Amino acid sequence: MAASTETGVESSTRTDRGAGTALGQKARPRQEATAPYQRLADEDRGTGGESLSDFLGYFSIGLGLAEVLAPTAIARLIGVKHPNDRNRTLLRLLGLREISSGVAILSNQQPKKSVMSRVAGDALDLALLGATLANSENDRGRTLFATANVLAVTALDVMASKTLARQPETVANEQMDEGIIRTKRSITVGRPVDDVYSFWHDFQNLPRFMRHLESVQMTGNGRSHWVAKAPAGKTVEWDAETTDDRINELIAWRSLPGSKVYNAGEVRFARAPGDRGTELRVTLEYDPPFGKFGSKVAMLWREEPGQQVADDLRHFKQVMETGEIVLSDATKRRGPRPAQPDNKPVEL
Amino acid sequence: MKATCWIAPRHMEVRDVPDPTILNHQDCIVKVTSTAICGSDLHLYNGFLPMMEPGDIMGHEFMGEVVEVGPDVKKVAVGDRVVVPFPIACGACGACKAKAYSLCENSNPNAWIAEKMLGHSPSGIFGYSHLTGGFAGGQAEYARVPFADVGPLKVPENLSDEQVLFLSDILPTGYMGAEMCGIKPGDTVAVWGCGPVGQFAIASAYLLGAEKVIGIDRFPYRLQMASEKAGAVTVNYEEVDSVPDVLKDLTAGRGPDHCIDAVGAEGHTHGVQYLHDRAKQMMRMQTDRPIALREAIMSCANGGTVSVIGVYTGLIDKFPMNAVMNRSLTIKTGQCHCQRYMQPLLDRIQRGEIDPTFVITHRLPLADAPRGYDIFNKKLDNCEKVVLKAA
Repeated sequence: MAASTETGVESSTRTDRGAGTALGQKARPRQEATAPYQRLADEDRGTGGESLSDFLGYFSIGLGLAEVLAPTAIARLIGVKHPNDRNRTLLRLLGLREISSGVAILSNQQPKKSVMSRVAGDALDLALLGATLANSENDRGRTLFATANVLAVTALDVMASKTLARQPETVANEQMDEGIIRTKRSITVGRPVDDVYSFWHDFQNLPRFMRHLESVQMTGNGRSHWVAKAPAGKTVEWDAETTDDRINELIAWRSLPGSKVYNAGEVRFARAPGDRGTELRVTLEYDPPFGKFGSKVAMLWREEPGQQVADDLRHFKQVMETGEIVLSDATKRRGPRPAQPDNKPVEL
Repeated sequence: MKATCWIAPRHMEVRDVPDPTILNHQDCIVKVTSTAICGSDLHLYNGFLPMMEPGDIMGHEFMGEVVEVGPDVKKVAVGDRVVVPFPIACGACGACKAKAYSLCENSNPNAWIAEKMLGHSPSGIFGYSHLTGGFAGGQAEYARVPFADVGPLKVPENLSDEQVLFLSDILPTGYMGAEMCGIKPGDTVAVWGCGPVGQFAIASAYLLGAEKVIGIDRFPYRLQMASEKAGAVTVNYEEVDSVPDVLKDLTAGRGPDHCIDAVGAEGHTHGVQYLHDRAKQMMRMQTDRPIALREAIMSCANGGTVSVIGVYTGLIDKFPMNAVMNRSLTIKTGQCHCQRYMQPLLDRIQRGEIDPTFVITHRLPLADAPRGYDIFNKKLDNCEKVVLKAA
């Protein structure tokens, strides 16, 4: 696939439909570039530095919320015996700083700078703790304990910023800064390539296994109109064009320039070895709502981008092999629920 | 309807819940007549398997009458009396076509979770945590059964519920445990665990031509059953210094040709090894106590087979891989591909070659399911197998 064979940064201005795929071209007037490198091909396949920085991001938000919402308790925790309004206001301000650096870390594909802002914040925290320690009225044991904790977190912050600094500053990284998610998934379907290609080729079938789609209509001339579900019962609509179509081999599409939603996809079909049917490889590129921070928040509810494509493909396999998506009592609606019948309708 | 619900570890309740409905076109609804508590249900009961939600309906061994069928069901009809196998299998994927039903690629709606924990996902299973799909189980008055044409087996009226109920799990499981050994005439087979699956593994090993089968347990009543009903030579591991030494004696130094682990994750032994494993388990450094498995590996004759049908739920520690590799042992495992064995075993039951009813020690109404769990878990009252009568 394009993503796994291109290893360098290469500026692409391809316009001929035969040579490239939708993913090689850019639908939006962003910086012209192909996304190089497997490391970035899968947004959800993080490096060690990213997961540590993610942890620090969540940690920042948690600590910040505690400081903003319960400054008195936090003040006592760090050894201030009689917290006054000034202490509380200071802690609330520190809390806001924590939250903003947490959000910055999580919403940024290159959180190096944000993590470095955490290091600076740690220095400020340590200075204030030093001042607390100097006041003999306070509980020195607690303050020393808090200081030790801040030192430990500082070490993590320095470590994270060093790990992140080792990441190459590729063009794709810059693209990630713009919030585009690119994900690749594959599955084997026990049906002949002909059947699998034909089913997918009719985009109107896609909502049968892509649960975020409400409908896709073919509007002629290789164009299609897509309607996707959005939160609070709303929908998002856009038009797409088929950019490449080779029988039993590949289908590629992308949203038309100027669409509200950026979305490009490519699916490749190949005969699986033996009588195993068809190997299907999908690459999707899209703008998640609210950028990377949105996708991080969504992950808390299992809406991790790669996972959604994986679910869609598994549902595709179920539809192709058994005729429909397989349901259980616990999974017929979203969210945790017991394996027990209820009278609620199915909602995937 | 009434259904046995998991509330918290060691806390079951029979609750009133809505009746099941057809969710997929190939579903049927079964009015349950008999259902049973399985040893593997105890892993859920004791909280060793993750991914349970309060209110989950338990039970994967059940049978009854078909009362409703979905629009795409062709072979099963309303009024049929059926036994339902515990793995849910679509019959259409690569695994099902290879008759590896417990590896069905389509029947676990939570496959994405299983993949994270196990690498790849096995099939869905009734009433067996959300890791295997979050399907409501059969310890209830009614149960929804997906893929009605693939799983449920019609049973003749001349056989009682008790004669055929165990085709749902433990009889095929014990049989598959013995079949995986590839028994040849003259072979000796040792079976760890004389619970119901162990009993059927012993009986099946004889059916498949074993010369001698040795049953290992610590409860005298279970060993007595293994000896009197299944024909095993028995070893009480609490009364001997070393099980491998006793097995060497019984085989004049060769060791059993094949060893079957019908114990799984919650093995016991006396002495330091048990305390060590239990401590690690409590500290979550390992989830399972692989005591029977270690003994089976160390005891097995060179070039022999270790067949694992006891259920494991997570990670194990101190696995003697050097013995496995250097002594050319074969390890075979699997949740039973029940659908593959039900008809042949039904035939054997009809021909009188095996009568599975001998393991039943307790018959309770469905309403007493929580008590059934308690006595089965604590091995009270010489409990071997609890059957719940739902209708």
